[in-house]
Amino acid sequence: MLEKLLLNHYEAAAVILSGIGLTNLLLQRNLIKKIIGLNIMDTAVYLFLAAKGYVEGRAAPILLENGSGGWITNPDVYVNPVPAGLVLTGIVVSVSVTAFALALTLKLYENYGTLNIDEALLRMTNEQAELESQIIDAESEEEVL
Amino acid sequence: MTNIFAFNIPFVSIFLLMIAAIITPVLPVRNRIPEKLSCWVIAIVAVMSAYLLYSLTNGSQSIAFNFPMGHFPAPWGNELRAGPLEAVLSLSFCIVMLLSLLGNFSSTEEDIAPGRRQVFCVLMNLLTASLLALTYTNDLFTGYVFIEITTMAACGIVAAKESAETVRAALRYLVMSLVGSGLVLIAICMLYDLTGHLLMQNMHEAIQVIVITKNYMIPLTVSLALITTGLAVKSALYPFAFWLPDAHGTSTNASSAVLSGLILKGHIFLLIKIYCRVFGLDVIHALGMDTVIFILGVAAMIMGSVHALRQTNIKRMIAWSSVAQVGYIFLGLGLNTTAGIAAACLHIIIHASIKPMLFTSAGGLSTAAGHKKGLHALMGTFYANRWAGLGMIAGACSMMGVPAFAGFSSKMSLMLASFDSPFVVFSLAALAASSVLNALYYVPAVIVILTHRRNVIADTPAPTRLYKISMSIFLALNFYLGLFFMPLLRLITRGVNVL
Repeated sequence: MLEKLLLNHYEAAAVILSGIGLTNLLLQRNLIKKIIGLNIMDTAVYLFLAAKGYVEGRAAPILLENGSGGWITNPDVYVNPVPAGLVLTGIVVSVSVTAFALALTLKLYENYGTLNIDEALLRMTNEQAELESQIIDAESEEEVL
Repeated sequence: MTNIFAFNIPFVSIFLLMIAAIITPVLPVRNRIPEKLSCWVIAIVAVMSAYLLYSLTNGSQSIAFNFPMGHFPAPWGNELRAGPLEAVLSLSFCIVMLLSLLGNFSSTEEDIAPGRRQVFCVLMNLLTASLLALTYTNDLFTGYVFIEITTMAACGIVAAKESAETVRAALRYLVMSLVGSGLVLIAICMLYDLTGHLLMQNMHEAIQVIVITKNYMIPLTVSLALITTGLAVKSALYPFAFWLPDAHGTSTNASSAVLSGLILKGHIFLLIKIYCRVFGLDVIHALGMDTVIFILGVAAMIMGSVHALRQTNIKRMIAWSSVAQVGYIFLGLGLNTTAGIAAACLHIIIHASIKPMLFTSAGGLSTAAGHKKGLHALMGTFYANRWAGLGMIAGACSMMGVPAFAGFSSKMSLMLASFDSPFVVFSLAALAASSVLNALYYVPAVIVILTHRRNVIADTPAPTRLYKISMSIFLALNFYLGLFFMPLLRLITRGVNVL
C-alpha cells in the first residue's frame, strides 16, 4: 500500500489537495474561503494531469532538430500534448468561474454586509419579520382608528 | 448518409447561437432589437433541428453521424455527434426556450432593469448554445467546458433580477454547481488517464478491455461514482437538491422556466450519453450504479413531493415538484434497459414542456394577485387571468398523470418499462405513491385559484398577446404529448438504439 503511494506520490498529493479543496468549498461559511477552496481543488486536478502527462526522458511536444537539418518526427521522443492542453483549458475555465464568483460575492456583500450565506439568510428573514410586524402594526392602528 | 446541409446542422446551430450571444451587446437597445434577435436565432435553430430530425429518420434505418471539428480526425480531434435522439432533444429544447422567453416577455421587462436586458439575452443565447453542445458533444472534455458555461450563464439568469434574495440564491446555486463540476472534472481526468482517450467511442473500447482484464477496476468504479455524483448535483437529484428551490423559486419567471425545464435536462442527457456510450449499460450494471440511481430516483420522487407539500409560495412549490420529476427520469435510467432509458428521455421532453408552462402560469397568476406569490393570495386569480389559470390546471393534471395530459404518457411508459426490471414492484409502488403525493399539493393549488373571492383585484392587466400565443402552444403541446406520444416514443427508442 505505502509502496504504491510512494510510487504515485504526485497523484496521492493531488488526491489529498483536491480533498482539502472540496471540503473547504463545501464546509467553509465564508465565501472568500469557499472560492479559495475551489481554486485548491482545480489546482489539484492540474497537478494530477501534469503528473500523468509527463513521461521521464521525453521532450516537450515541439519538433526537435535531428542534427542533419531535418526534424525528429518519431512520436516516441515527445510527451503527449493533450494533458497540457487540458490543463490550459482548465485554467481558463477556473479563472472565469473565480471572477464570476467574486463578482457575485461582492454583490452579496453590498446587499447584506456579510460574506456568509447563512448569515445573509438570517438577516433577510429578520428584515422580513420586521417588515411584517410593521404591516400588522399599521393594520391594527387602522382598525383602532 | 445524410446530405451536406443536415451534416453541418449540429455545428452551425451552436455556432449561430454563440455568434448571436457575442453580437448582442453591441446592438442598439431601441425597439427591443436584442430580444427579437435572440428569439429569431432560437427559432431558426429550431427549424434546422427539425430538418436534421427529418433527414435522420426519413429512411427505414436510423442513422447517426460524427461531425469532426477542426483538422484532426478521431481519435485525436474533437467531434460532435448527431442521431435521432440528439435531434429530437435539441428541437424540443429550442421550442421550449422560445416559448419560455415569449410567454414571460412582460414579466421579464418588469423584473429586469432596461440596461440589463441585453445581457439577459446574451445569457439566454449562451445557455441555448451550451445546452445544444451538451446534447451533441462526442468529447467528454468539451462536455465539461460546456457544463461550466451552463453554470455561469444559469447563475447569471438567476441573479438577473438583482434583488438581494436572487443574489443569495445565485451564490448558493453557484457553490453547489462548482462542487458538481469539480467532481465531473476529476472523474474525466481519471477516465482520460485510464483510457487514453476523450472521445466517447474510443473510451468505450478501452473500458471494455479494462473490464475484461479486470485491471484498474477500482479507479474505474471511483470515476463512475464521481461523474454520477457530479452530474446528479447539477441536475438536482434528491439529496443534492436543496439549492434548487431557492434558485428556481426566487428568480424571474423566464429564468425559472428555463432553469427547471431545460438546464437540469441538459446535464441528465449528458449523463445518459456517458452511461450508454462511454461505459455501456452492462458495465453500469456490473458496477452496481443502476441500483444506486434507482434508489436515489425513488427517494427523489417521494421526498421532492413531501417538501413541495410544505411550501406556501407557489413558485417554490413548483420548484420542489421539479425535484420529484427529476426522480422519475433517474428511475427510468436506473431500470438500465433500452425501454427504461427511452421512457426517461420521453419524460425529459415532457417535463421540459410542462414545467415552463407551470412557471409561466404561476407568473401570470401572481401578477393578477398583485405580485404576491403566497398560495393564499392567489385565491380567485383564475378569473383575473384565465389563460394562466388554464395553464396551471392543465399542468397540474399532467403532473398528477391524468390521462390525455402529457404527464400520463411518460408515467405509463415508465410503468411499462419497469416490467422488464427486477425492481418492478418498487418501481410501480413509487410511481403510484408519487402520483398521489403530486395530487396532494397540486389539487389544493387548483382549488385555491378557482375559488371565487368577493373583492377580486379589479385593475389586473390583461394578458398580452404573446402570453396568450405561447400559453396556447404550451397547452397544445401538453395535449399532443398526452394523446399522440407513441410516434415520439418510437422515435426516441430508435435514437436510444443507435446511441
